[in-house]
Amino acid sequence: MNFDTLTPELPRRTFLKVATASGFALGAFPLAILAQGTPPAAGLKATEQPSAFVRITPDGIVTVTINRLDFGQGVQTGLPMILAEELDADWSKVRSEHGNANPAYVDPAFGMHLTGGSASIKNSYTQYRELGARTRAMLVSAAATQWNVDAGTLRTENGDVVGAGGKKLGYGELAEAAMKLPVPEKVALKDPKQFRIIGKPTGRIDARAKSSGQQRYGIDVRLPGMLTAVVARPPVFAAKLKSVDDSAAKAVKGVKAVLRVPVDRGGEGVAVVADGYWAAKQGRDALKLEWDTAGVEKADSARLLASYRELAGKLGAIKYNADVSKLASAPKKISAEYTFPYLAHAPMEPLNCTVAFTGSAAELWMGTQMPGLDAFAASNVLGVAPQAIKVNTQMAGGGFGRRAIPTSDYVVEACEVAKAARAAGLDAPVRTLWSREDDIKGGYYRPMHLHRAEIGFDEQGNILAWDHVIVGQSILKGTPFESFMVRDGIDSTMVEGMKEPYDVPMRLSVHHPQVNVPVLWWRSVGSTHTAYAMETLLDEVARATGQDPVAYRLKLMGDKHPRHKAALQLAVDHSGYGKRALAPGRAWGVAVHESFQSVVAYVVEASMDKGTPRLHRVTAGVHCNLAVNPTSVEAQVQGAAVMGLSMCLPGAAITLKDGVVEQGNFGDFTVPRITDMPQITVHIVPSAEPPTGIGEPGLPPLAPAFANAVAKLTGKTPRDLPFKFA
Amino acid sequence: MSVTFNLNGKAVTAQAEADTPLLWVIRDELGMTGTKFGCGMALCGACTVHVNGAAVRSCQTPVSSVAGKRVATVESLSGTRNTHPLQVAWIKHDVPQCGYCQSGQLMSAAALLASNKNPSDADIDAAMSGNICRCGTYPRVRAAIKDAAASMRKA
Repeated sequence: MNFDTLTPELPRRTFLKVATASGFALGAFPLAILAQGTPPAAGLKATEQPSAFVRITPDGIVTVTINRLDFGQGVQTGLPMILAEELDADWSKVRSEHGNANPAYVDPAFGMHLTGGSASIKNSYTQYRELGARTRAMLVSAAATQWNVDAGTLRTENGDVVGAGGKKLGYGELAEAAMKLPVPEKVALKDPKQFRIIGKPTGRIDARAKSSGQQRYGIDVRLPGMLTAVVARPPVFAAKLKSVDDSAAKAVKGVKAVLRVPVDRGGEGVAVVADGYWAAKQGRDALKLEWDTAGVEKADSARLLASYRELAGKLGAIKYNADVSKLASAPKKISAEYTFPYLAHAPMEPLNCTVAFTGSAAELWMGTQMPGLDAFAASNVLGVAPQAIKVNTQMAGGGFGRRAIPTSDYVVEACEVAKAARAAGLDAPVRTLWSREDDIKGGYYRPMHLHRAEIGFDEQGNILAWDHVIVGQSILKGTPFESFMVRDGIDSTMVEGMKEPYDVPMRLSVHHPQVNVPVLWWRSVGSTHTAYAMETLLDEVARATGQDPVAYRLKLMGDKHPRHKAALQLAVDHSGYGKRALAPGRAWGVAVHESFQSVVAYVVEASMDKGTPRLHRVTAGVHCNLAVNPTSVEAQVQGAAVMGLSMCLPGAAITLKDGVVEQGNFGDFTVPRITDMPQITVHIVPSAEPPTGIGEPGLPPLAPAFANAVAKLTGKTPRDLPFKFA
Repeated sequence: MSVTFNLNGKAVTAQAEADTPLLWVIRDELGMTGTKFGCGMALCGACTVHVNGAAVRSCQTPVSSVAGKRVATVESLSGTRNTHPLQVAWIKHDVPQCGYCQSGQLMSAAALLASNKNPSDADIDAAMSGNICRCGTYPRVRAAIKDAAASMRKA
């Protein structure tokens, strides 16, 4: 989801206009309608008002509201660090809480409620600095009034306003008076050299709660009388019910109701509502259902592969054009086909949404990356005005894209269940909870892709022509994002990461087949496959022409990509690449990739262990401009590397047979475990420039770096993910 | 039916059906949410608790099987005080990301350190391989376990 590339040409106002015109008032509508609270000061937007973001209690505790979902990436700590810096707060007294669907909490660049595109710190860096500086100015002003001195004679330090002779007033003592003062529009910001919180390795605010079982997530919401629903969904996406026998289900102790409900993509399902999850699940297991799958397309991975192959033989919609006629006469050639399977996000906290519906209003609790859009979707389902919907954003147990869902599928479904439960006479909040099988089989996967590349080059590795075709479903087609992120028939999320930073004569065309499988962005989106194709192909050209893969990349980048070069060089230097002899049987692998405006380079060491590739060491070089919290940057890159590794390991594939997803849990959709771990060290290029993304950029280059090492060991680049060996 | 067992040092009686997984008794009936639901098939370890000191997956443990036994959840480590050496190390190493799996990680690690104060990498692998972390906190989990073990040896 690289919105970054869009913002320069698509300012916020355009985004809203386009979104509204699309008939699906993304963000704009719910935001305008949901506007609440005090009218903003003249000239300042809701996103610029300290009152919506900072609360200081008499004991000096500073609570910062974050305008994003924290689902592990650490913005719950990073955003308060930015604000606290300019506020000159005492960091030990800073706390953090989630915002809601209030318009104050939209992403200031996109103008909608959105956690995505690795944009939280990047887009709110200046916003949170200014919020902190405004609050600080108000506290200083309140102290000046109290002491009857000129504000210019005062300074701030670690949660106090300090006056002549070192006298002090704590922020807690001043807050009440300060927050009543006019909000200054223009504030001076610190020189980065003065930073004492930003840039300092800082432990997470939520580490204590998350190390003691005290952290509450959406799944932990408990309301008086709350019921739990488990939904039986069609075995083939969008299928309808032929018959329902719920007699055994209703006989399960604790089951309150069995309800037919509409489900995603126009399908039908059956919700079993009970006093707890176990009874609801027992009830669902006891349902006897017949499905009508006659009218729906039954996607099948093997058939899809064959049809994608056929499509790849034709020229698609052109993203980059180039003269590829030199392919025929090129002295050397690589011809390659790559396949990438569907992938589930499988966040550890199963999807859930709790709805308290009164008939005229509703309150929702869930981890969501787009609460504004979800509130609007809920209002549609429940038939109440958007302002009658209150969303309580909950800490989420992971997401990786699954909780930023343009169709609001799990929220819509939970609202359908709550509505049906109410119609059936159940006057209680209902939590709809997915099992792991529901999650793995429930769709919204990273799309399956096929890449085909023909590269012609000379003995020196000069690329003469590169013809590249990608086949895969569009993530954005049919969503509110289509109107501005699908251009000339090309979904921008599918081609991001192609070509750059290498100045090669590439013709790139794409095909977007329509398939009855719901697809979605998955951590680092298009770069999950484009980086793999690009970085393994370039490595192959380097090897085929006897060149060092690092030197070859640096040569191709020329002088135009200093951040790529710095990240790559940092990883090379710290890994000992080229200087250190590897243990017998090991080989180096290298890859570098930019996504979400940050560059990550990996130098890895791998071996073949009885025919199975094994990753031993990973050295990362990261260029994300200013690292607001280096501890968090390290964690994000480590975590993204592990998820990148997940794409390589056996079992990392969702496949369909005659419309039915073949996997169902962590036994057959496998993910890395501690036993798969390499050593991972992360090095950050020093910079004072405004920060760029870090939640996703660590993912894309891992798999190709690993593959390049495997290619060196075996003489064959793995062309299919997950790796297929022995 | 009812099942009586010891939960974190106190006798509790659950009214759930005999085959109800201990996980759902703890979460839905007794209202303690530190123990997490991840897969329901003993594949991910998010629901790990101790039964008579051994790490088990509560999602696949029928409540009837713990009658008269000692059950310990993450809340037993030190309540909210975060004083257990593993919790101290978890915070020091900034282990959690989303944090959802960490109750289970901590309980698997606690069972390991209760019997082995100097675990090797292989010991850690063996004890922790049943706990999935989708955020990829494994490198820090490993470092924190070693740190906690060292502090327990000194104590």
